[in-house]
Amino acid sequence: MAHEHAADTAHHDDHHGEPAQGIKRWLFATNHKDIGTMYLVFSLTMFFVGGAMAMIIRAELFKPGLQLVDPAFFNQMTTMHALVMIFGAVMPAFVGLANWMIPLQVGAPDMALPRMNNFSFWILPFAFTILLSTLFIPGGAPAGGWTMYPPLFLQGGNYVAMAIFAVHLMGASSIMGAINVIVTIMNMRAPGMNLLKMPLFCWSWLITAYLLIAVMPVLAGAVTMLLTDHYFGTSFFNAAGGGDPVMFEHVFWFFGHPEVYIMILPAFGIISEILPTFSRKPLFGATSMIYAIASIAFLSFIVWGHHMFVDGMPLAAQLFFMMSTMLIAVPTGVKVFNWTATMWKGSLSFEPPMLFALSFLFLFTIGGFSGVMLAIVPVDFQYNQTYFVVAHFHYVLVPGAVFAIMAAVYYWLPKWTGNMYSMGLAKTHFWLSTIFVNVLFFPQHFLGLAGMPRRIPDYAVQFSDWNMVSSIGGFGFGLSQILFLVVIVQCARGGKKASAEVWDGATPTGLEWTIPSPAPYHSFAVAPEIK
Amino acid sequence: MRVNRAGAGNHRDSRLLAACCAVAGLSGTAGANTSNGYNLPIGVTDMSKALYGLHMEVFWICVGIAVVVFGIMIYSLVMFRQSKGAIADTTMVHSTKVEIIWTIIPVLILVVMAVPAADIILKQEDTRNSELSIRVTGYQWKWQYQYMNAAEGVDFFSTLKQDSNFARQLDSGIDPNTVKNYLLDVDKPLVVPSGTKVRLLLTSMDVIHAWWVPDFGAKRSAIPGYVNELWFKVDPGKEGVYRGQCAALCGRDHGFMPVVVDVRTPDDFKKWVEEQKAALKQAATPLPAPAPLPVVGADASPPKTAQVLN
Repeated sequence: MAHEHAADTAHHDDHHGEPAQGIKRWLFATNHKDIGTMYLVFSLTMFFVGGAMAMIIRAELFKPGLQLVDPAFFNQMTTMHALVMIFGAVMPAFVGLANWMIPLQVGAPDMALPRMNNFSFWILPFAFTILLSTLFIPGGAPAGGWTMYPPLFLQGGNYVAMAIFAVHLMGASSIMGAINVIVTIMNMRAPGMNLLKMPLFCWSWLITAYLLIAVMPVLAGAVTMLLTDHYFGTSFFNAAGGGDPVMFEHVFWFFGHPEVYIMILPAFGIISEILPTFSRKPLFGATSMIYAIASIAFLSFIVWGHHMFVDGMPLAAQLFFMMSTMLIAVPTGVKVFNWTATMWKGSLSFEPPMLFALSFLFLFTIGGFSGVMLAIVPVDFQYNQTYFVVAHFHYVLVPGAVFAIMAAVYYWLPKWTGNMYSMGLAKTHFWLSTIFVNVLFFPQHFLGLAGMPRRIPDYAVQFSDWNMVSSIGGFGFGLSQILFLVVIVQCARGGKKASAEVWDGATPTGLEWTIPSPAPYHSFAVAPEIK
Repeated sequence: MRVNRAGAGNHRDSRLLAACCAVAGLSGTAGANTSNGYNLPIGVTDMSKALYGLHMEVFWICVGIAVVVFGIMIYSLVMFRQSKGAIADTTMVHSTKVEIIWTIIPVLILVVMAVPAADIILKQEDTRNSELSIRVTGYQWKWQYQYMNAAEGVDFFSTLKQDSNFARQLDSGIDPNTVKNYLLDVDKPLVVPSGTKVRLLLTSMDVIHAWWVPDFGAKRSAIPGYVNELWFKVDPGKEGVYRGQCAALCGRDHGFMPVVVDVRTPDDFKKWVEEQKAALKQAATPLPAPAPLPVVGADASPPKTAQVLN
């Protein structure tokens, strides 16, 4: 591959040494850096689209009574917000980071399967065009929740087929991305880099990729059964025809729970890269960190029932899913303790990536605590389907996964663009995000405990105060993200030149810091030697 | 807390509850449950109290862990700063001993939480020996209550009350704060006796709903084709009106199908049942048909077991 590109470069010689000019460079991209960039730009776009939906939700919930939208549209917003954020923002962001960083970290010239790489990216804009266009069709967008539970989901109109097709496309894209990651890591590591020497980010992605391959087909199967129930008269989930709506929940959450870890394991990898760099100290217990990720991945397959306790489940199953779920706290605890030990007796400095990583450490742990509480079956009957759950999963997904992605962007952006970004603006972005994310989500714990169900457009007046606080936090958090965009655009346009190591004075480790900044279009054409 | 027929208060938790009432009363809202606005309600059943106790136990354990873990993190952030001249100890990379310790301690803590939890699950699932069974059917967007046992034949729908329904329309111009029990009031609440083990048999005629009253510590999904069971037993002396909502997204008006339970003394309940039965007899006679009376369903026979319904 690299050879072909080198030949291309000779033909279309521009000053960056890139093979193609204009749109062709992106449409026919096979270069992992170009594809990584496209993934990241796509993800950022979806982050703002999904964020706009969240703003509509928080605006409607600002005070009791319906002021802005019809309840049906409100349900479309909650459903689409989740689908867009999960499949459009978080997952593609991690795939983008994998595309950019895995070849650089393992010393490979590119991803192993570049054309499939192109295909897996270009599926996404089509998938999301289909999904988002449902907002403009008669009957509107999916409104039964991102979990698509029948029979509610099947009450929909044409969105059923469109959303299911979009989910199939996203699944295909994810599976291809995952295959690419596995093949690259298994076959293209530089000589001498055995698996245990591999950076934690690659490790976390390797395990994530296996999770993706294991569960995306399960989701595809579940939605296909929805499709045939709706259009071809089957009764997989239709009780009147002898089907079983709860079976959908089982199949869905067999996908859904590993999916949760698909969105957090790469974040663990990122944090494990950043904390040692700015603590100037190697990661504490690197091997046990890998084992911890692997155990979490394994456990993620046997805990799905904890999403459905209130739907009725045999006593033995309730006990089993409670125990297995609680068990996840153990390897997760090991990770948090190891990160803390990494900082212990370190020499800490607080650049933007480190700030986001620290915020992750504290706030993800809060999400972990509410997770343990939710695992306790009997009280889960009180928490389930309330804002307590909403607070829990937003704590692990926003200051968890999203902050890790932002930390990664701030960590590697100078490597990608060759320019340093504005530290002042980035730190402002950090402080605003961290403050507002807590104003936004912390009161939701109170709302849930006090009895406010989730997914409602209007509420009883005793929930007014915390909802207003939460909405103010939401608007603040949403607006703060514009700064993120400004920092990235400024940095892409120019700025102080970054050195090869970028974080001079800190101790970034990994092959990506041995090549110049910006990373040349073709890197590691000759494999580096690893001692 | 709005308890219409509050008892004399001769029970253990009356002081705690009184404090909660005071908080809810001060905030001036139509608080429908015993929650103080930021925590689980203690509630009015043994189960809800047990759940509250377990919730607080787990919460304080989490707080304890948080104090230790966050304390160490904050200590590191303060003490090991490069700007304060901290030098990194790069030899500190691994310690099997501490890693074993911080694997085992969490396991022990989890066992401490799991044992009482398992105990409560056993009680929660034990629906035997109930004294009154009521079939609860979810519809988009109302509940149907069909009584069995001594109240056999009593059967009615429970829908969002008119004043809430007017106020909740888009741009209704009605301030929700002026509506009593906004979104938490129905035309006809479920009536149950206190001090009685009431079993609900939940199912649905369309999509999945969930029946929830926080003060009873009782929530369960109503699923088409399934009959889920749920029980609660309200403490004697805690008669009053308790409110909750549908807890499973069930379509456009999911937010507008409240659950309201009117708990009465067993004697009052008996009277109520007699009134209902008398009204039913009257409704059965052809003339004149009073408008708001409940329709007696043609197929009022409830399913006997958790079988798939057609």
